[in-house]
Amino acid sequence: MQATNDPALAAAIAANRFGLGARPGELARVASDARGWLAAQLVGAAPRLQGKELRDSADILSQALELRRERRQARNGGAEQNTDAATVMKVGQLYKPIYADETTARVRAALTTDRPFIERLTYFWTNHFAVSADKQAVFGLAGSFEREAIRPHVLGNFTDLLLASTRHPAMLLYLDNQTSVGANSMLARRAERHASEHRFGINENLAREILELQTLGVAGGYTQADVTSFAQVITGWSIGGQSLGHLTAGVPGQFMFRPEMHEPGGQVVLGKRYTEDGEEQGVAVLRDLARRPATANFIATKLARHFIADEPPAAAVEQLARAFRDSSGDLPTVYRALIGLKECWAQAFAKFKTPGDYIISSLRGLQIPDSYANKARISFALLGQRIFAPGSPAGWPDRSADWDGASAVMKRIEWADALGQKIGAHQDAAILAPQWLGAAMSAATHTSIARAASGSQALTLLLTAPEFMRR
Amino acid sequence: MRAIKRREFLSGAALAAGSVLLTSKIAFAGSDTRPRFVFIILRGALDGLTAVPPYADPNYARLRGEVAIAAPGASGGALKLDGLFGLHPSLAFLNESFTGKELIVFHAMASPYRERSHFDGQDVLENGCARAHAVQTGWINRALAALPPDRNARRGELGIALGQNVPLVMRGPAPVASWSPSHLAALDEDTLQRITDLYSTDPILSQRLADALSTQSVADEAKDAAMAADAQENPPAQLLASRAQPEVRGGAPYKEVIHATASFLKSDDGPRVAVFDAMGWDTHANEGGSQGQLAGRLAGLDAGLRTLKEDLGPVWRDTVVMVATEFGRTAAVNGTRGTDHGTAAAAFLLGGAVYGGRVIADWPGLSARALYQGRDLAPTLNMHAALKAVLADHLAVATRALDTSVFPDSAGVKPLQGLVRA
Repeated sequence: MQATNDPALAAAIAANRFGLGARPGELARVASDARGWLAAQLVGAAPRLQGKELRDSADILSQALELRRERRQARNGGAEQNTDAATVMKVGQLYKPIYADETTARVRAALTTDRPFIERLTYFWTNHFAVSADKQAVFGLAGSFEREAIRPHVLGNFTDLLLASTRHPAMLLYLDNQTSVGANSMLARRAERHASEHRFGINENLAREILELQTLGVAGGYTQADVTSFAQVITGWSIGGQSLGHLTAGVPGQFMFRPEMHEPGGQVVLGKRYTEDGEEQGVAVLRDLARRPATANFIATKLARHFIADEPPAAAVEQLARAFRDSSGDLPTVYRALIGLKECWAQAFAKFKTPGDYIISSLRGLQIPDSYANKARISFALLGQRIFAPGSPAGWPDRSADWDGASAVMKRIEWADALGQKIGAHQDAAILAPQWLGAAMSAATHTSIARAASGSQALTLLLTAPEFMRR
Repeated sequence: MRAIKRREFLSGAALAAGSVLLTSKIAFAGSDTRPRFVFIILRGALDGLTAVPPYADPNYARLRGEVAIAAPGASGGALKLDGLFGLHPSLAFLNESFTGKELIVFHAMASPYRERSHFDGQDVLENGCARAHAVQTGWINRALAALPPDRNARRGELGIALGQNVPLVMRGPAPVASWSPSHLAALDEDTLQRITDLYSTDPILSQRLADALSTQSVADEAKDAAMAADAQENPPAQLLASRAQPEVRGGAPYKEVIHATASFLKSDDGPRVAVFDAMGWDTHANEGGSQGQLAGRLAGLDAGLRTLKEDLGPVWRDTVVMVATEFGRTAAVNGTRGTDHGTAAAAFLLGGAVYGGRVIADWPGLSARALYQGRDLAPTLNMHAALKAVLADHLAVATRALDTSVFPDSAGVKPLQGLVRA
């Protein structure tokens, strides 16, 4: 595969495939230096989301824990009979406006950012370390997960990203680790002595998905025994304030290692024995996982699939994996290797947009005011990609066949037409088209827009053009 | 039995002539005995030991502790199937179907997949191969491709996926449709024509657009027909009518998709095979027993299947529904009142065309020695043996295609006998 020699085509690739779709004026700024435009975005700290309404996960979760406690107390008709269960807010009611604020802030940033590459990388990692808001425990925390665990490390090291994700309450709750208890832990032994009915034990969900989906990959060479022993290793990785028996210590809603829940003794994971005490045992395993060659290959494959093609060339994957290994997971080094790959620049529109890509690029291209951001989440749900809700720990899929079904394409067309009807009369699609698609616009698209019967039809045709369906 | 005759026929010289000579039931569009097949994928790994509790297994109650389903007769107890198995108390419709001899319950069944990744497990469930990612097509699509074309099916599409996108099991060489309810307004014809022109040099988008328009017209006609036919009946079956009412109502998670499935399958020139997903079976924590999280999911599924039968009306007689999951869950309850990823599970085959009222299982037992790798219900029944039987005896897919293209290298897997009525 040869990289294009046409800088205008490279600019269109940079803005559309690496960015979030060109805002008017953006292609001109990229100009003749597509790689330079992307590389410059990697400099400096990753941007944080703005908004004084955005709350820390610990703050949100401690309020949720408090609400649960109050409801329980009211139901049980405890000492303070003056509270009625019906008057206590449900956790879903607490989370709903939080979810709305989080998605609004995220869309607002996408519409206005001048570092769209970083925003896309953020989405990539959020999807890699997927939690899903369709599980109620995560509904109000998915946004803060991205802000607290992903964004600070997007331009950092993979190991830190992995540790931050694993420690975040949203991940612990999503994959059920907060109550996973070693069978020989102090807690389990105490329960045995008191002849308690409840049998404590591990839950292997988080351990398995870290190995399968976040580090080594499913073919990464681990066994069921590795899953089980890794699950033992991370027993005690929990959350403060959660009542479990009489353990309620810790800061409510914050990550907390609970020694009483931790399985004592050494564990063998992937052939190596870990004899560390307590939390350090899990940290040691995670650090080693991050450095495994299988992890480098797995991350490299996913990045190449996201930025090059559904089935990326093996040579490109290997170059990314080498950059990952040689830098011990320094992500900016990996990103620089990525934009240096000739395979990235061989062909425009190699990827079919996800619904989210499609919506954001439309709104950016139209310079929709960011006051509209609070309505955008409805569009995401309509087109089949509810924000923060991939529905599984594997995250959203990343191949065309997962998104280009007949019904999905038709919905996209209907959505585009609705947008065209609404605002097309005040827009000039013929002027917008080269600003969005640049040198990659086909003659057919140009002609079709030029011959449209009305402004709104012209905009519908631009939004549904084959080039704009892809990135 | 019809199926046996066909096998006799196949075993003869006709085999050499190839499958094009075979008369498929599916080809006789216009007659009223065309077979319908619905495949429902329970994504997330259904706990077969809760859905179909082996209440009389001596190890069951011990392994399951607080999530065990009690024996029939007890409060919250299983609905008795036989001396060993029962149905979860939430599965009232399935229980009626069993009594009415329209349900076969499979147990200790598994696809060829023997690891514990949801995503690879689902890949194998759908690709029909021995391992994950072996091919990029699904067994239902390859089975449709092996059938003679249906002259009556619009654009030749025999299959439909109920969802925005086509799941792997339905992807492949045979043209298939996908449909999901739209809450957006339709386009005017002029704009649509211009988009069609714009897509004329884009093979994928032009195909998708044509498929969507064709499916939409089947859906619209089915809706009109249902409205007219049921005009005097209770609210005109509301077929697809919810397009105008986007809010998903509680309690019946599959209602909209079920109504649509039924209307497509009833349509004269619509698809014969439908696929859809049901999510949310990954019960690692607080799974519940006769009540709780999983009980609620099962009740929703059961209600959906009842609606499907009601909606299909007389067509139910020609329908087979298979409900399957990627793998089962651990035999023992874990430390968080749930179950982790396992191996064998239960599956359901139901419909008016099913020779039912039976549990088919080679029960391995739940003793420590019997468990697969010391933790899971052991697989003793190959899901492909059941699927091959349904495809052969119900859809009349040729044996050679089943053994080679539909389930590659599966000649050694013999179809189960007599699952479908003659």
